[in-house]
Amino acid sequence: MQVLAIFIPLLAAIFIPFLFRNVRTIHTGWFVLIVPILLVGYYATFISRVMNGNDVLASFNWIPSLNISFISYLDGLSLLFSLLITGIGALVVLYSIFYLDKTKEQLHNFYIYLLMFMTAMLGVVQSDHMITLYLFWELTSISSFLLIAYWFQRDKSRFGALKSMMITVAGGLLMLGGFVLLALMGGTYSIRELVAQAPQLVNESYFVLALVLILFGAFTKSAQFPFYIWLPDAMEAPTPVSAYLHSATMVKAGIYLVARFTPIFAASEVWIWLVTGIGLLTLFWGSLFAVKQTDLKGILAFSTVSQLGLIMALLGASAIAFHVEDAANTVFKYAAFAAIFHLINHATFKGSLFMIAGIVDHETGTRDIRKLGGLMSIMPLSFTVALISSLSMAGLPPFNGFLSKEMFLTAMLTLKDFELFEFSTWGILLLVIAVIASIFTFVYSFYFVFKTFTGKLQASELPQKPHEAPIGMLVAPMILAALVVIIFFIPNLIGEVFIKPAVFAIQPFLYQDPFLQFTPAGIDITVKAWHGFTAPELWLTVCIVIVGALLFTTLGKWQKLYRIQPAKLSLNTFYDFVMDGVLNRTMVNVSKRVMHGSMRHYLMYMFAAICFIVIGTLFYKDAFKISFEGAAPIELYQLILIIVLVLGTLTTLIARSRITAIVGLGAVGYTVALFFVMFNAPDLALTQLVIETISVALFLLVFYHLPRLGKVQEYTPFRFRRLAVSIGIGAMVTLVALSAHSQKLVDSINQYYKDTVYSLAGGGNIVNVILVDYRGFDTLFEITVLGIAGMGIYAMIKLRLSRKEKTNESE
Amino acid sequence: MIEKILLVSLVLFMIAIALLLYRVIVGPSMPDRAIGLDTIGVNLISSIAIVSILLTTKAFLEAILILGILAFIGTIAFSKYIERGVIVERKSNR
Repeated sequence: MQVLAIFIPLLAAIFIPFLFRNVRTIHTGWFVLIVPILLVGYYATFISRVMNGNDVLASFNWIPSLNISFISYLDGLSLLFSLLITGIGALVVLYSIFYLDKTKEQLHNFYIYLLMFMTAMLGVVQSDHMITLYLFWELTSISSFLLIAYWFQRDKSRFGALKSMMITVAGGLLMLGGFVLLALMGGTYSIRELVAQAPQLVNESYFVLALVLILFGAFTKSAQFPFYIWLPDAMEAPTPVSAYLHSATMVKAGIYLVARFTPIFAASEVWIWLVTGIGLLTLFWGSLFAVKQTDLKGILAFSTVSQLGLIMALLGASAIAFHVEDAANTVFKYAAFAAIFHLINHATFKGSLFMIAGIVDHETGTRDIRKLGGLMSIMPLSFTVALISSLSMAGLPPFNGFLSKEMFLTAMLTLKDFELFEFSTWGILLLVIAVIASIFTFVYSFYFVFKTFTGKLQASELPQKPHEAPIGMLVAPMILAALVVIIFFIPNLIGEVFIKPAVFAIQPFLYQDPFLQFTPAGIDITVKAWHGFTAPELWLTVCIVIVGALLFTTLGKWQKLYRIQPAKLSLNTFYDFVMDGVLNRTMVNVSKRVMHGSMRHYLMYMFAAICFIVIGTLFYKDAFKISFEGAAPIELYQLILIIVLVLGTLTTLIARSRITAIVGLGAVGYTVALFFVMFNAPDLALTQLVIETISVALFLLVFYHLPRLGKVQEYTPFRFRRLAVSIGIGAMVTLVALSAHSQKLVDSINQYYKDTVYSLAGGGNIVNVILVDYRGFDTLFEITVLGIAGMGIYAMIKLRLSRKEKTNESE
Repeated sequence: MIEKILLVSLVLFMIAIALLLYRVIVGPSMPDRAIGLDTIGVNLISSIAIVSILLTTKAFLEAILILGILAFIGTIAFSKYIERGVIVERKSNR
């Protein structure tokens, strides 16, 4: 049942097209809504068990011979994510019912993709087996691709979908590499078992490589620097999709991955440096560029990038706890708690902000912040929700963002005291970056809400006459905004129920006591809104608020600074350069250069390669050897015949007219026949003579039918490279023949044929008996080849479709 | 004794073939080449006969016969080609 629960959305998706086609009066979304609500209820039943530290495990064997099975593993972390996915999923479906029109939109597509995504996401967070984790991971990429390009008639949607697909799938493939390496080192694909043997894994040689590869997957999915560029372009998706995938769930898959693998990789300093460093850089970069945006969803996209960086940085800091003596009593234990706490908070306020942006778009017809303004009195409810969520994003009391921002600052403050890996010198820099990023976060939060809702109403600029959204559309963001406030007042309840079990999953070593049966409830962390006047966090917050408010009031003056950055110097330009310039144009140029359709060049490549490989192997293996032992003496008449053969060949090569070449070729053929005579092969000589005559006649036929135009009797032009390749091939064949002749390993089997040709086969002609008796099978297929050639020639001559079509046209 | 005579005549035939090849290659006109080829065929017949005497075998008699037919057909075809430009005339052409 537990494994089946993952697939329920996918199974439900099967019925969507029928419902959409046959029940046109009811919006399809109402049927879809049942699924996430049922799942929320189902997953809620696990809460009490997981709170007490009991993990729930269920498995379904998929490919038993390869030890691949779907394992649904519910501990604190998975359960928290599962509840987020299904809970926000329910709200998003509710919102989409009012957002998407049931007559104009292709609803069945939308809901199938959405349900597919839900299954994929549940699978990602619950899989214990790394291969199925990867399977679901790619399914999220694919369903996200489909959802971004939901309005596939638009160029920008397709561009955004392709970009996100490229980046996340590239990361996913690298991650698969990391998984395989990890499984090879640990001998198991199960994450739980890998965690158990984490101390031994650190010393493995590919440990760091696996770590970096897995981080690639996490960073691309979670839009970390420099892979965040797909997220702003994914904003072309319908707003419910942006709210669901690109703020609350899919982009957190990378976060989940980092959190899930922290117990395995935390022992490595590379992990701490990469995760913390990239996280802080992303936080800083995202918040800096969010202020530049003029599109509402653009601001939110960059804000998502920045907040994900914050969570990532906290997860990196939480890994430090593995390096500290008696960590459970130090301040480092806060980092994981803060990360999970902010993850929940971000899902609530960012989800509601996206929905508000969608409402504004829906009711005014534009998302351009320069055209918006003064909507407060027209859309009071939306404004209230937006204000609550924005202030929470800025980190102000009394909203939940304040609490997690405080804890973030606590964690960053402690980093500078940390002395391992030379953190003490760099720690202060990290803190400064974190504070500056927080200031910019403050600025863009205010920018988002006040530029949209206050100021002067530019009614003439707006495509539609603005009015308040229908209440059904507002329900979902209102529930989320209510959560924002509620979490502020009962943070410790949330902590007990959701966060502590998750922290327990991220930092299992920290709370393992051999004597006490430890449960998540025993984690000694409480969230305080008030640290006292002496606490540095408070003064940092005050500082952030003051500087942020100053910057916001003077926004008009310094926002122009962003124009200094030339449009060409951005990561998007780099991406376009890589995709279009390097990958597309260079590859096209390379294939144009290499594959220009000239058979002569291809033959040259092939012959040169064969020559190189064979001669190289001969010398590399030292197989080259010449001995004339057992060779027959050469008679004078044979010598003359050889000279005739060589002369004939040379004539063919340097002939000035084609007819000479053909005659030369004929002479060569007859000489070969004479050789067959001298080497005692009457049957071969017979056949060779006949065949040679026929083929010379055929050559003459072809020669006669050459077109008159351009029928210049030119001889083959000299090219040095061709000469080199042909000499190489000749030398190669000679060398191989000599070497092969000089070192025979076993005797020939021809004595058997000589002995049995009459007694067993009843024939005198040994060649013919071999052809039709000993090896009759080959002869059968040679006959077939001849038959096919004959039929082919007949078909080519008789069947002239193109000419027939032309005559039909002329008639 | 007889073997030596045979070998000498074989060498002479080879030289003749080589000389004829010269005519075939250089031959200023097409009939020169046709005659050259025809004579090469005849010389081949003789060489094969000598070789089969040297090897004391009857196995090459078929080859001699075939070569006689082929040399004849080849020369006829060549001549016809030189004269008319086609070897096999179609009924529809008449």
